[in-house]
Amino acid sequence: MDEIQKNLLEQVAGLHEIPAGAYNIRANGASIERNTTANIDIVTKPDKQGIDILIRPGTKKESVHIPVILSQSGLTEMVYNDFHIGDDCDVTIIAGCGIHNSGDSESRHDGIHTFYVGQNSHVKYVEKHYGSGDGKGERIMNPKTVVELGPNSFMEMETVQIRGVDSTVRSTAATLEEGAKLVITERLMTHGSQYAESSFRVDLNGADSSANLISRAVAKDDSKQLFLAVINGNQRCAGHSECDAIIMDRAKISAVPEITANHLDAALIHEAAIGKIAGEQITKLMTLGLTEAEAEAQIVNGFLK
Amino acid sequence: MLELQNLSFQVSDEDAESRENFKEIIKDINLTLHDHTFTAITGPNGGGKSTLAKLIMGIERPTSGRIVWNGTDITEMSITERANLGISFAFQQPVRFKGIKVKDLITLSAGTDKKLSAGEACEYLSKVGLCARDYINRDVDASLSGGELKRIEIATIIARNTPLSVFDEPEAGIDLWSFNNLIKVFEELHETSSNSLVIISHQERILNIADEIVVIANGSVKARGTKAEILPELLEGTGSCKFYQ
Repeated sequence: MDEIQKNLLEQVAGLHEIPAGAYNIRANGASIERNTTANIDIVTKPDKQGIDILIRPGTKKESVHIPVILSQSGLTEMVYNDFHIGDDCDVTIIAGCGIHNSGDSESRHDGIHTFYVGQNSHVKYVEKHYGSGDGKGERIMNPKTVVELGPNSFMEMETVQIRGVDSTVRSTAATLEEGAKLVITERLMTHGSQYAESSFRVDLNGADSSANLISRAVAKDDSKQLFLAVINGNQRCAGHSECDAIIMDRAKISAVPEITANHLDAALIHEAAIGKIAGEQITKLMTLGLTEAEAEAQIVNGFLK
Repeated sequence: MLELQNLSFQVSDEDAESRENFKEIIKDINLTLHDHTFTAITGPNGGGKSTLAKLIMGIERPTSGRIVWNGTDITEMSITERANLGISFAFQQPVRFKGIKVKDLITLSAGTDKKLSAGEACEYLSKVGLCARDYINRDVDASLSGGELKRIEIATIIARNTPLSVFDEPEAGIDLWSFNNLIKVFEELHETSSNSLVIISHQERILNIADEIVVIANGSVKARGTKAEILPELLEGTGSCKFYQ
C-alpha cells in the first residue's frame, strides 16, 4: 500500500494499521487484504464483484472493517456487499470509501450494501466518504444501502461525507419488523460545484417499530443538495425525520420529507429547516475575538460534528 | 478608559424616505468611564440602554460621534478588533448554537491560544451557580433553558477576563436564588480584578453595588452619580421620578 492509499484508509476508516477483528480492504478494484475470525466469515462472491459477510448468531463485541480505496484515475466499479447478521449479535461494521483522483478521467465507486439483521441483534454501521486529488477527473460515489431489520433488532447507521466527493447519489431503503429500531445520522457537506442527493425510504411494517432519520447538511459555494425522506407507517409505530441544513454563498438545498400513516397508531413527524448561519451566532463569536471567517468555520464544524 | 463623545444613533422607520422619519435612539451622548469602575446603566425600557451597549461593542455603528478606548479611536473598528482590545459583551438574549458545546464556548472565550482543562472550564460554570459536570458537554442549543443559557453567557464573560465587560440585563430570566449568586459574582469580579464593569440593569440590588449609576432615557443621559445621589430619586416611583419624565 502506498502513502496515498494509506491516507485514504485513515480518512475513511480511521485506520493507521491493520485493524483488529475481521476486515477486507479493497483497493483499485481488488481485495488486497482480508482477515476472518471464528465468528465472522468473509467470502468473495462467485458471480459478481463484492463479498458476503457472514456473522454467526450470538457474536458479540466484534467489528468488521471493509474500506474501499481508489487511487487509480479512471477506475469505475460496481460492488455488492451483503451482510448476513445472525440473531442475538452485537457488532460494529465500519465501511467507507476514499477516492484519490489526480488524473483527468472520472473515478467512480458504486456500492450496494445489503444488511439482513437477525432478531434481537444490534448493529452499528459507520460509513465515511472522502475524496482527494487535484485532477480534473470527477470523484463519484453512489452508495445504496438496503436494510432488513428482523424482530426487535436495532441498527444505528452513521454516514459522513465532508470533503472531496464531486457527485453522490445516496439511497437508503429499510424495512422494519416488529419491535425493530433504526437510527440514521447523516452528515453531509458539499462545496465547489458538487452535487449530493440523499434519499431514504423506511417502511415501518412491524408493530412497535421505530425509525429516526437525522440529517445535518452544509452546502457551500455553488453546490447543490437534495434530501428526500419517505417514512411509511404501516403498523403501530413511531417515525421521525429531521433535515437541518445550512446554506452558504450561492448553494442550493431542497428538502422533501414525506410521511404516510397507513395505520391509526402510526405516529410520524417530519422536520426540515434550511437557512443561512444566523447573524447573531457570528456576532457572538466575534465578541469572543474570532474573525467573521473563523466564526463561520467554528459554527459549521460544530454543526457537522 | 472608555470615552463616548457626542455619540448619536439613528434608525429609519420602515417606510421612511425623508430625513424627518429617522428615529433617534441615542442623542449626542457624552460619557467617560474610568478604569476599575463598576457602572450601572439604568432607565426606562426603550430609552436606548441596550443600543448604547451594542455601540460600545461595535454590534451597532453610531450615526455620528466617536468611541475612544484607552486613547484609541475604535469607532470604525469591527467587533473582533474591539474584542481583541479587551472589550467583552454579554448578550441580553444569549445565542444558541447547534453542535457547539458549553466547554467549546468557554474555551473560545478564554482565548483560542490557551488550552483549557475541563477543571478550569468547570470553575467558570460553578461561579455562575451551574453544576459544571452536568453542563460541560451539553450543546449550547434549545435543550438549555433561558436561565441556564444566561448563566453560561455570564460564565463566558468571566472566562474572557477583559479590561471592560458590558452586561446587557444579566438578571433577565434568572431565578431569585441564582440572582443572589449573581450579585456575589459581580461584587467579586469588581473586587478581585482591576477590570471595569458596565451593567445595564433594572434591579435595585445591582444598582446598589455599583460605584456609579447612569440614568438613560429618551436616548440621553438624564442623570449620573453615586447611588446615594441617584437611587432615592429612582425609587420614589416611576410616576413621580424626574428622570422618567
